[in-house]
Amino acid sequence: MSDLLALEDVHVSYGPFHALRGVGLTVGEGEIVSLLGGNASGKSTTMKAILGLTRVRAGVVRLAGEDVTHRSTAHRVRAGISSVPEARRVFPEMTVDENLRAGAYTRRDRAGVADDLDRMRELFPRLAERRRQQAGTLSGGEQQMLAVARALMSRPRLVCMDEPTMGLAPRLVDQVLDEIARLNRELGVAVLLVEQQAELALSIASRGYVLATGQIALRGTAAELLDDPRIHEAYLGKAVPA
Amino acid sequence: MLDTLVAGLLRGNVYALGAVGISLVFGVMNVVNFAQFSFFGLGAMLAWFFVAQEGLPFWLALPLVLVVCAGLGLLVNVAVVRPLARFLPLAAMLSTYAVSQILDNASQLAFTAQFRVFPKVLPTSNLHVGSMRFGTSDLVMLGVTATVMLGMSAFLRYGKVGQAIRATAQDQEAALQVGIPVGLVQHLSFVIASALGGLAGVFVSLYVGVANPTSGLTTGMTAFVAAALGGLGSLVGAVVGGFVLGIVEAFGISLAGDTARQIIVFAVLVVVLVVRPGGLLGKVPLIATEPLTGTFLGKGRPLRVPRWVWPAAFVLGGIVVPFVADDYVLTTGTQVLVYAVIAAGFTVTAGQAGVVALGQAGPIAIGAYTSALLTLHLHVSFWVALPVAGLVAAVIASILSSPVWGVKGHYVSIATLGVGTAIVAVIQLVLPQGIYGIPVPTWAGTPLSTPRAYYLVDAGVLALTLLVTWRLRASHLGKVISSVGSDEVAALASGVRVRDYKALAFAVSAFFAGIGGSLLAHQYTYIDPTIFTMLMSLLVVTIVIMGGVSLPYGAVVGSLVLIGAMELLRFTPELRIIAYGLVLILVVRFRPGGILVRTA
Amino acid sequence: MTAVLEVTGLRRHFAGLAAVDGVSFTVGPHEVVSIIGPNGSGKTTTLNLVTGAIPAHGGSIVLDGTRIDVADPARIAEHGIARTFQNGRVFAALSVADNVEVGLHTTLRAHRPFHRLSHLVGLRWVALLGELVVAVVGTPAARRERRAIDATVAAEIERFEARLGPRRDDPAYSLSYANRRRTEIARALAPRPKLLVLDEPTAGMNPSETAEVLGQLLELKAEGQAMLLVEHKLDLVMTVSDRVIVMDGGRIVAQGAPDEVRADPAVIEAYLGRRRVAAEERA
Repeated sequence: MSDLLALEDVHVSYGPFHALRGVGLTVGEGEIVSLLGGNASGKSTTMKAILGLTRVRAGVVRLAGEDVTHRSTAHRVRAGISSVPEARRVFPEMTVDENLRAGAYTRRDRAGVADDLDRMRELFPRLAERRRQQAGTLSGGEQQMLAVARALMSRPRLVCMDEPTMGLAPRLVDQVLDEIARLNRELGVAVLLVEQQAELALSIASRGYVLATGQIALRGTAAELLDDPRIHEAYLGKAVPA
Repeated sequence: MLDTLVAGLLRGNVYALGAVGISLVFGVMNVVNFAQFSFFGLGAMLAWFFVAQEGLPFWLALPLVLVVCAGLGLLVNVAVVRPLARFLPLAAMLSTYAVSQILDNASQLAFTAQFRVFPKVLPTSNLHVGSMRFGTSDLVMLGVTATVMLGMSAFLRYGKVGQAIRATAQDQEAALQVGIPVGLVQHLSFVIASALGGLAGVFVSLYVGVANPTSGLTTGMTAFVAAALGGLGSLVGAVVGGFVLGIVEAFGISLAGDTARQIIVFAVLVVVLVVRPGGLLGKVPLIATEPLTGTFLGKGRPLRVPRWVWPAAFVLGGIVVPFVADDYVLTTGTQVLVYAVIAAGFTVTAGQAGVVALGQAGPIAIGAYTSALLTLHLHVSFWVALPVAGLVAAVIASILSSPVWGVKGHYVSIATLGVGTAIVAVIQLVLPQGIYGIPVPTWAGTPLSTPRAYYLVDAGVLALTLLVTWRLRASHLGKVISSVGSDEVAALASGVRVRDYKALAFAVSAFFAGIGGSLLAHQYTYIDPTIFTMLMSLLVVTIVIMGGVSLPYGAVVGSLVLIGAMELLRFTPELRIIAYGLVLILVVRFRPGGILVRTA
Repeated sequence: MTAVLEVTGLRRHFAGLAAVDGVSFTVGPHEVVSIIGPNGSGKTTTLNLVTGAIPAHGGSIVLDGTRIDVADPARIAEHGIARTFQNGRVFAALSVADNVEVGLHTTLRAHRPFHRLSHLVGLRWVALLGELVVAVVGTPAARRERRAIDATVAAEIERFEARLGPRRDDPAYSLSYANRRRTEIARALAPRPKLLVLDEPTAGMNPSETAEVLGQLLELKAEGQAMLLVEHKLDLVMTVSDRVIVMDGGRIVAQGAPDEVRADPAVIEAYLGRRRVAAEERA
């Protein structure tokens, strides 16, 4: 099986700060993979490198076999990758529908976009109810749904999600994760889930990577990682009841 | 009453068009685009050229003007703004002013500086409602503006590309992530803004009846204020700001006369910014995630200057030059020294407190007038008038600027620009004629009227200025002021009253600006308000950026290059302005921290 | 014995969403209190409210008997709260030593001859000009105070001697991330604050750097420094804290000694999510 996304020995620096030191990871077709780590461990930078939002100093980013290391974000979106940015980042002064259309910016097929708009409204009835409302006035959970739906509008093969549960009440967190799992099941879209809350992310992922200070510290299947005492040490701290 | 309202609407109409362009560009690039000013003058001159010279019909000339302006706008963005905005948005803003100067001067070379009578293409007073007279021309202007605004809002609301522009303005990173080509969106915004500027320029000349390459400046400045008033980045705000200013201005002029125009405009701006620091419809983030001003203080280390350089420079500049050089070089030298005094003082505000104040011409003018009036009418000695001029400049400029220190980011630059311009406008209102016969300084009964004497006086003042600024930098107070420029939020958390120290830094800079103004006044022996222009303010900023924004001695180097070299190369004034622009663009591009600063 | 910090019914909302919703807690003398909770639970907002970086919409904050919720951040710093920031905010253009010196600002007297006037709108210029004169001309008292400043700065850098000692005259922007955070802590400690507020002091640090910070925090605790700490690394929190407050959705869901909090099911749910609890029940 060829990998949908592959990072090979990726290095990123911000000035003198070496943010990523040789990160390698893969995401297969239709797979949910979680990328874990604490603050400033390099999760968001990895995400940026995947999406082409930061300059990769060394290493290769491959999307479905194609080397996209130096290609624009727009090119990568057309090639089948999309993203749910950290802290949602919906366009606050645009309506729900306009946000969804913005997600389909790279597409040329008007009819297909219209179909997908209808499909998003079916998938997320809450968004259908609020289609003419400004996105900034939605609740946190609704904004998260909108950000996910917007990412799906480009008909991606892989969606990268940067802490989709951040700042949500626990009930909503479960709802968002259920939604992600359902989309993966029903649409077959692969998901790279960047999370701080390891247990949450691993509950729906098949595999996971743990980043620490810009390097992959641990990797394995979700079950292996959940049982690995080192994950507590590296990431949650050993004082958590096992 | 109704007539005034209509006049206000027509003016507001033009301001709104220009302001929408400025706000549009600011929204997608976070850069205040002063080049927009030039498109007013350029639009007017191109329309004159096509209609009066080439004999084209107005309806053919108009789209041609728009196309030319749009093309130039694209060129400006590709060549200057976008490459610089990636490094420092604030530097990009300064270089847009340089671009504006270049465009104005190119236009002057092409069309000459004369005022041209704009052909009357449409009747101007053939209609009336009751006692109010107006013309088809007015209706067409309002109609075209209304159509353009409606078209723009439909495009932004329903068009795919229009939505991409809005998305980019609301969240650039998220726009990138959904695959919007942000670079193209920025180019397009520049194209639209420049075309709107050209259109507004055509309207100004239709309305006023004459056109001139530099006529864009006043209109441009007001349009810019309108954009800031509405909240930079907010297009609705720009339209509201444009019409509000147009109407306020029309009523102000009918009450107080045309000279009060700029004062009214900037007073409205400062009041609005103090009450709503983000403009009428703008928003300000609660806690700045990044220090706003700090980004301007380029990260770099001053080049190591060997110790022997200081005495060598002192001997060369203070002893060798005055006794070797001829009068021409010495006269140039006095200019270099005076600007070095002003700029070295300004490093405290721009370099340490991190406030890029754009209105230093204000305190310079206050110093010049104070010193001139004191010596001329009260027969005070120059040596007393000199420090008094500095003090008066510091006090008045500080009082007038005191409301603006809570204003953040670009807005504080805009507000200080407003205060500076308003100071000069008030002087123009009170003493429009200028002052002749300002007495030359005397020393022990001997008049110091030779270039050599002036040079020595200025060199002495510069030495004192450098001493004071150096002591200040090394003191606890200097470190506290620098902390304000580095990170306001962290400074507040350390108990540093950020606003107070910005005000103090500005007072120190205004003091030296006043001193510089006094020196200039006594050397020119004649002053009038046209000397103290926005160009003078920006020259001070440019000198400081050139040498290294926080290095007082860098100001001397900057002054040597920008004042001395330009003069000695005998550049004509037009060429000089173009050279300022190019030098600034090159410095910011290749040595963003200044000539004397090695970038990290 | 009165509390150093007493927070009662603190509230703050953003665009209608309650970020901090009726939070009350105290920090006693020499006590180390930590706030934990998931991202977005209101921890950092609480710190920003306590230090005055953001104005509160309701409730009261009392520092050592003085009500400070209406004061501006500079005044709060003068009253004796020093803080660090989530990602480390140093004065990039200043050297390490000068960063620490700015931290001493509120404690200086000879360099700020009329500092009492700086609170009065009409007279603050007297205070400012006083400082300007001292800076440019200098006074004997200021020269004596200069020696005291230098000694304190040296002592604070001494805490991190191995790391910051060699870098004391380097500009802060050239420092590594960890050294910036150390500089920030040194700057906050310099004025001997009544309360030290730390926002994720070990964020982005590797285990050995984290252990080093933990050692320093324990030292400070031994010196009797009262601290309010927001931190994600639970082992550090459990080791250093006298009391732990757990926040979720803008409210306090549990508080108590580290051991009690660790065993509280509400905490496990808030911090680790319901799924984990459910998974454990299945197991």
